[in-house]
Amino acid sequence: MRNVWTICRRELYSYFVSPIAWVLLTIFAFLSGAFTYIITASFVTQSLEGQMTGQSFPMNVNEQVIRPLFSNIAVVGLFLIPLISMRLFAEEKRQGTIELLVTSPIHDLEIVLGKWLSAVIMYSALLLVLLLDYSFLFIYGQPDWKPVVTGFLGVLLLGACLLSLGTFISTTTKNQIVAGAVGFALALLLWILEWTTSFGNSPTVQVLGYLSILSHLDSFARGVIDSKDVIYYLSMIFLGLFLTTRSLESLRWRA
Amino acid sequence: MIQVEGLSKNYARTVAVNDISFSVDKGDIVGFLGPNGAGKTTTMRILTCFMPPTAGKATVAGFDVFEQPFEVKKRIGYLPETPPLYPEMSVAGYLSFVARLKNIPNADIKRRTEEVMGRCAVADVKSKLISKLSRGYRQRVGLAQAIIHNPDVLILDEPTSGLDPKQINETRELIKSLSGEHTIILSTHILPEVEAVCEKVIIINKGKLVTTDSVENLKHRAGLGNAVQLQIDTAGNGDASGVHQRLEQVPGVSKVLDKAVSGDRFIFEVESLPDRNARADLARAVVHAGWNLLELKSLTYSLEEVFLELTGSNSEPQSSTVAGGVQ
Repeated sequence: MRNVWTICRRELYSYFVSPIAWVLLTIFAFLSGAFTYIITASFVTQSLEGQMTGQSFPMNVNEQVIRPLFSNIAVVGLFLIPLISMRLFAEEKRQGTIELLVTSPIHDLEIVLGKWLSAVIMYSALLLVLLLDYSFLFIYGQPDWKPVVTGFLGVLLLGACLLSLGTFISTTTKNQIVAGAVGFALALLLWILEWTTSFGNSPTVQVLGYLSILSHLDSFARGVIDSKDVIYYLSMIFLGLFLTTRSLESLRWRA
Repeated sequence: MIQVEGLSKNYARTVAVNDISFSVDKGDIVGFLGPNGAGKTTTMRILTCFMPPTAGKATVAGFDVFEQPFEVKKRIGYLPETPPLYPEMSVAGYLSFVARLKNIPNADIKRRTEEVMGRCAVADVKSKLISKLSRGYRQRVGLAQAIIHNPDVLILDEPTSGLDPKQINETRELIKSLSGEHTIILSTHILPEVEAVCEKVIIINKGKLVTTDSVENLKHRAGLGNAVQLQIDTAGNGDASGVHQRLEQVPGVSKVLDKAVSGDRFIFEVESLPDRNARADLARAVVHAGWNLLELKSLTYSLEEVFLELTGSNSEPQSSTVAGGVQ
């Protein structure tokens, strides 16, 4: 456990001492702020119009602001997450520091967990910005807090899952750009799998639909923790970390 | 301390290391010699548990590198060819990270870090970022990293490559100063480096063991110091064959080779008998004959020649040092 933390701490140091963390935080702050503003503004306009015309639709901040916000944020995440995970191993391989890690008395799994954990913490820092955006909804409205908590949990799991796959991709190359591009392609693929559900209801389509990463977020955003979705994310995380550990091990055999 | 038996390593298509066996005793400084691509780095990487061997066995301090890598890793300090440094970290930050990685208890980290920084003369740059350091400093930080957990065995892969002559000297001194407590293997392709630092040499070529010997024996085998090169100006008073004959008559000379002629200037290479040094007699003979002795220098062999000789192919020795000059 101490070793995991040793690795994780160093990675976090690297994120925050280099421009990566700050660039990502800035981009994310802009985008999430823009999304929050646009969605909230249209919600406010709608409810005003409703009052003026005398028609009272049931307006709900949770359903009409927070839930769509989470799925928009998840899409922003798909773009930013490969940027977080791409350097994890690619940089070590390019610098040769991987030799230090691998020849130290520490297990491969500890290296992998430490690196992944640091990426998850980096990603959580982005989500803190989102929390700031949401705090305005709580100041000027009374949304139910429980779907917000489950929504955050969902976005966090989604990120952790993409990060574990991204970490794996990073072990396969020395080149960060390649790792980033492949990670990005994979994230996109896992996203658009959702669209296959419009092709009917055959078993293949259902399987592909289940594999889609965003479709599992929606129930979280509605305040529902469905074991189906939790299992999906956890098993993807496990798969990613397993592949990473194996890949790291195989580096030695191939070297 | 280190036992290697029948070690082999194949990459996809090439054989990097082929059936190498050697042993290193506790406290030895061993030079691991060979040209580029000989398999030095591969052997070192196997010893440090970076990669497993294809065949054979290697043990460090009694632990097998394949069966008990953890025990081996605890006892080895390794400096790869490019020091494994994180450019964005400070020297002190980096070293305390390595200390943690090497399982040094939290309470000792600060003390050990200070100690190795003093030892490797990097204390004056401890709060600088590694990316701002010169090559020499980086190498020393790399060494500090290797010794921070006080390992029994130090494995240094070309510790002086890319350094300037002053830094090379400093690094060699540093390595020598570490010799008491640690068993050291260092790889290099520079013979004088081995002479300066090591007691024992392991030579490999194309993945095969050529020889393991002490530095003294090796120098002897290479016939070092017995050949001299003469440059003579006869000033119109004698031709090449005349000079050749005169030189052959000098006592102790075993062989004279004509090397080059330009006008009245002749260059000869003269080998003397194994335990005789004919330099003084040669100089006297030349002066007596009324010729001008322009140059007299002893020929040393670089590793390449020792190498070629040991691997069976012949080559010309190369002149490098001037000794016993009468001009």
